[in-house]
Amino acid sequence: MADQGEVKLLKTWSSLFGLRVVWALKLKGIPYESVDEDLTNKSDLLLQYNPVHTKVPVLIHNGKPICESLVILEYIDETWSQNPPSLLPQDPIQRASARFWAKFMDEKALPSMWQAFTKKGREQEEGLASIAEKLKLLEAELEGKKFFGGEEIGIPDFALGWLVNLVPVFEEILGLKIVDEERHPSLSEWSRRISDIRVIEESWPPRDKLVTKWAAIRDHFLATARASSG
Amino acid sequence: MEEVKLLGWWMSPFSRRVELALKLKGVGYEYIEQDLANKSQLLLEYNPVHKKVPVLVHNGKTMAESLVILEYIDETWPNNPILPRNPYEKAMARFWAQFIEEKCNGGLWKIMWCKDEEERGRLVEEASHCFRTLEGELKGNKFFGGDEIGMVDIAANFIGYWLGVVQEVSGMELVTRDKFPVLCKWMDEFVEHSVVKETLPPRDKLHAEFEARLGAPSWKY
Repeated sequence: MADQGEVKLLKTWSSLFGLRVVWALKLKGIPYESVDEDLTNKSDLLLQYNPVHTKVPVLIHNGKPICESLVILEYIDETWSQNPPSLLPQDPIQRASARFWAKFMDEKALPSMWQAFTKKGREQEEGLASIAEKLKLLEAELEGKKFFGGEEIGIPDFALGWLVNLVPVFEEILGLKIVDEERHPSLSEWSRRISDIRVIEESWPPRDKLVTKWAAIRDHFLATARASSG
Repeated sequence: MEEVKLLGWWMSPFSRRVELALKLKGVGYEYIEQDLANKSQLLLEYNPVHKKVPVLVHNGKTMAESLVILEYIDETWPNNPILPRNPYEKAMARFWAQFIEEKCNGGLWKIMWCKDEEERGRLVEEASHCFRTLEGELKGNKFFGGDEIGMVDIAANFIGYWLGVVQEVSGMELVTRDKFPVLCKWMDEFVEHSVVKETLPPRDKLHAEFEARLGAPSWKY
């Protein structure tokens, strides 16, 4: 294997975006140094390497930073193209489809989930209706396929990873079911398939810590909403 | 025999991005204008998820989302590349295209529809900051792509042309020559580019359309 150079990943212990990059690096067998950030006290490293957004994840390859998780995933795939698996299909039409769905996960599905989780009352109902609609589309797209990319796991699957470990946490906190076997048989099967992958299984952030963290986040958003409505 | 079709709308900067990429690469295509108030069966069939333009059809296979389509075009017709070949520089281009979409265009959109004066003031300040950041990326070059237009320039087409019309209609003074001389110089170069010129909607028609729409409570389709 050619010299990979120095790879560093800035993330947090719980970041769903950082987790995507961990999966890509581990699946491709790329050695890297992991740096967990405290976003309430951003390090000089983070501010230097992501001055535009000051967010994680940031991949630093031979001293050069790359930001935005989907951009990082494509960079990893192109730079370590000799390391299987490919994170995108070879066929250009299928690649376009994979990119389309990755965008959908981030721009449509995740914001709907965020609204359902951080709001209450009518706004929450709208969020729940929205995520239900997005899940229906995802369920239809997944039907008959092992992964969103086809036979192999790929970028759109990484983009939906939060469905597997975070949605059960949200369900516990909200006391609601968002994904279920009956309405979402393909997504449920896909979740099990994802969890069976060893490097993914060993990378999940601890569930109890996630419950504590996300319950606090919901409380914060509800308190802010109460304060601003007077 | 290559068959390329594009479902677009004359006013949409998104479908114009795709036209620009196809023209830059000399790819022949059939353009099918859509009536977004009255969406065609074709559009609903080809983009059932979003029901929006642009949709590119290549040899019967469809795809949607302009930035996704641009990547497909660059991979399929590699002449006159719009993305750098070096993976790091390519990642940078993708980062800035995303930034333009989310922060610049996203910010402008919120301002255009904000009815509350105080909130609009805050949004304008936020957007100014984003435009300052973007302006910094030109780094003395003619275009974001360097000497030639690239993906980032194409992604910035709304800023390059549509924004001027929006500012005229709304009286918004966000990107002005005195505040953003470098970005405005880029805008001049962009609209004067021989291929870009072919893809710009007629200014008077655009002006009239924005005038009619910006008075309304929300964007209709």
